Amino acid sequence: MPTTTSISNWGNYPKLEAIVNSFKSIKELKYLLKTNNNFIARGNGRCYGDSSLHSHILSTTKYNNILAFDSTKGLITCQAGVSFDELIHFLVPKGFFLPVTPGTKFITVGGAVASDIHGKNHHQDGSFGRHIVVMDVLIAAGEVVTCSNQINSELFNATCGGMGLTGIILQVTFSLKRISSYEIDQVSIKAHNLEEVFKLFEEYKNATYSVAWIDCLQSGESLGRSILMVGEHSDNIQRNKFRSERKFSIPFNFPSWVLNKWSIKIFNFLFYHKLIKKKVRSRVSLDQFFYPLDFIGRWNKMYGKNGFVQYQFVLPLVQSKEGLKKILTAIGNSGSGSFLAVLKLFGEQDSGLISFPMKGYTLALDFPMRKGLFEFLDKLDALVLEHGGRIYLTKDARMKKEIFWDSYQRAKEFEKVVLHYNPNLNFRSSQSDRLAITKL
Amino acid sequence: MTALLFGATSDIAIALAKCLAKNKYNLQLAGRDMEVMTGLKSNIEIQQQVRVSIYEFDAEKFDGHAAWYDQLLPKPDIVILVFGYLGNHQKALEDWKESKRILDTNYVGAVSILNIVANDFANRKQGVIVGISSVAGNRGRMSNYLYGSAKAGLTAYLSGLRNRLYHSGVHVLTVMPGFVRTQMTEGLKLPPLVTAEPDQVAQKIVNAIAGKRNTLYVLPIWRLIMLVIRNIPEFIFKKLKL
Ligand SMILES: Cc1cc2nc3c(=O)[nH]c(=O)nc-3n(C[C@H](O)[C@H](O)[C@H](O)COP(=O)(O)OP(=O)(O)OC[C@H]3O[C@@H](n4cnc5c(N)ncnc54)[C@H](O)[C@@H]3O)c2cc1C
Ligand SMILES: NC(=O)c1ccc[n+]([C@@H]2O[C@H](COP(=O)([O-])OP(=O)(O)OC[C@H]3O[C@@H](n4cnc5c(N)ncnc54)[C@H](OP(=O)(O)O)[C@@H]3O)[C@@H](O)[C@H]2O)c1
Repeated sequence: MPTTTSISNWGNYPKLEAIVNSFKSIKELKYLLKTNNNFIARGNGRCYGDSSLHSHILSTTKYNNILAFDSTKGLITCQAGVSFDELIHFLVPKGFFLPVTPGTKFITVGGAVASDIHGKNHHQDGSFGRHIVVMDVLIAAGEVVTCSNQINSELFNATCGGMGLTGIILQVTFSLKRISSYEIDQVSIKAHNLEEVFKLFEEYKNATYSVAWIDCLQSGESLGRSILMVGEHSDNIQRNKFRSERKFSIPFNFPSWVLNKWSIKIFNFLFYHKLIKKKVRSRVSLDQFFYPLDFIGRWNKMYGKNGFVQYQFVLPLVQSKEGLKKILTAIGNSGSGSFLAVLKLFGEQDSGLISFPMKGYTLALDFPMRKGLFEFLDKLDALVLEHGGRIYLTKDARMKKEIFWDSYQRAKEFEKVVLHYNPNLNFRSSQSDRLAITKL
Repeated sequence: MTALLFGATSDIAIALAKCLAKNKYNLQLAGRDMEVMTGLKSNIEIQQQVRVSIYEFDAEKFDGHAAWYDQLLPKPDIVILVFGYLGNHQKALEDWKESKRILDTNYVGAVSILNIVANDFANRKQGVIVGISSVAGNRGRMSNYLYGSAKAGLTAYLSGLRNRLYHSGVHVLTVMPGFVRTQMTEGLKLPPLVTAEPDQVAQKIVNAIAGKRNTLYVLPIWRLIMLVIRNIPEFIFKKLKL
């Protein structure tokens, strides 16, 4: 008796009724694939919108074993449902770290591949796919296909960043980063406007990690007022035991003004008090540096029960300054975005056909759900497109299909590979239907 | 110390295996699905410095149980019986095969293998036996009395076994999990306040073993709920649709 569950991802929008099945073996997975025609894989649901939603969801979270670890080569093999959180607990005490990590550790390896995630080190180390040695994908025909940059590379390039549309990623072998400390040496630098922060990103391009918080309420001379944070793995000898944990959780839905007030306070505090000098050095834990938001547990509930949309776009380098000025001005005028946004300079693009990153600046910010929001975001989309940019699929919940097809240059190529490995479009999400990647 | 888990591919057993490994137990995993156990073995051996061996075991193949246990080396210090089968009650009412499977897995299979383990432990005058039963066995209800009656049998068996083995220095623990979010209950709408996570169940069981508890209600509220349910007079109970 299949019963449905009401399910949504991190943005709490959209909400869907879906049958959710988990599996622990390939045998079980193959059996499930015979029970229905449409599926999408879902990891921890940390994408914001509808990328891992459909009427029938295959949850990978119980397919979660670490299968091999080679400390001399710095390689790990794990099933797709293993979480970054578990990996960090395992790896850090052994002197290793994830090659690329997003701003939360509560994602799965499968999700990292399917979104071809980027971290604060993208300008140095590229996206997650660059570190994959080999992976196995279960395709629609029920076969397990091994792929990498060398073998079945077209499947590989369509699966990295392919949002689950080529099949179910089963297991992944990837290379790790060696570290000698549990801490990060961080430098925070004030920038009074966009020009200044752009210069700083250039100046610090050899830093391993860099990202800026940008205040979206500024205009004119101060448009783009921000704090750049750069970091290096510390090399101090570690004596204490490694600890990594979640602090507390938001148990229910908050009205959204709470979050904005709260973040304004933090930013102003940092900007005017902690950073009296232009530049401040500090040593922080891995958790503090990479996962500050994880300290607050389910902070997404702060946006209230209607949820929110995270909007993340990237613009090509040459268009970045002009485009960002226009977009930040539009956001400022609308008065509806989150006060804080995250700005980052990406490095060269990798080989994923519809991977998000490209050389240039990316900006991410939250918009609480409200009337008229989608119309406003459509306008931003037009600006992004006009400047040759694109929107991150794993954050998207509402983009119009034309925008996708016009902005992802290799979308047609991607569609061809999908049709080869998933000819009847059995793997499809609400998002892929909406964007007409999987046409009904 | 070695712990043997029967039904090692269940969500509760996987959580138990990880929890026991953290406490430095070597593990013997027994179950039907070798693929799942192979993955679990790698995972645990990579993360914890313990030995894990895996064995094919089917609760319904009673005839093989004695020989199966004979070949097992070393003999375990703790045995945890986790397998179970909820089955499809409606189907079972018309299909004897389904009824039999419910009874055979939850009761007959459990008795078959635990008889053998109990004799070994009684001879060695040591060990702990843990059985996962269910509150469904505390009172038969129209929606699941086949499963419930098998678990009732298991609960009575475990209590008798505890009485017998007490005199040989062997401890027996009966576990009443209440609702647990596992494959068995996937898709069911479980009330969050009375539903436990597998990790929570595992930790409580490991603690209860150390504390030599007799009966463990994973969430104490279930002791109360079942007290109420058991005390409803039969002439009222029979009219309810439970
Ligand atoms: C607080 C926060 C910060 C974030 N920061 C960043 C960031 O800095 N950089 C960044 O790149 N992203 C970031 N993200 C987004 C997040 O990293 C991605 O959405 C990631 O894909 C989520 O992984 P998941 O396991 O939760 O997968 P889900 O959200 O469940 O799924 C995401 C996509 O992966 C597919 N998928 C998952 N598992 C499989 C599988 N086994 N086989 C095939 N397809 C699969 C799904 O179909 C879906 O298309 C952030 C998210 C949050 C909540
Ligand atoms: N979940 C609950 O709410 C709940 C409540 C009360 C009690 N319990 C009890 O808790 C125990 C564990 O169940 P679970 O919740 O973790 O569910 P589960 O994941 O569905 O586990 C059931 C396990 O029993 C195994 N099994 C079934 N028939 C078997 C057989 N003939 N031989 C060997 N193994 C067999 C299954 O093995 P395969 O993988 O090979 O199918 C599976 O691993 C069960 O005894 C159950 O009755 C559960």
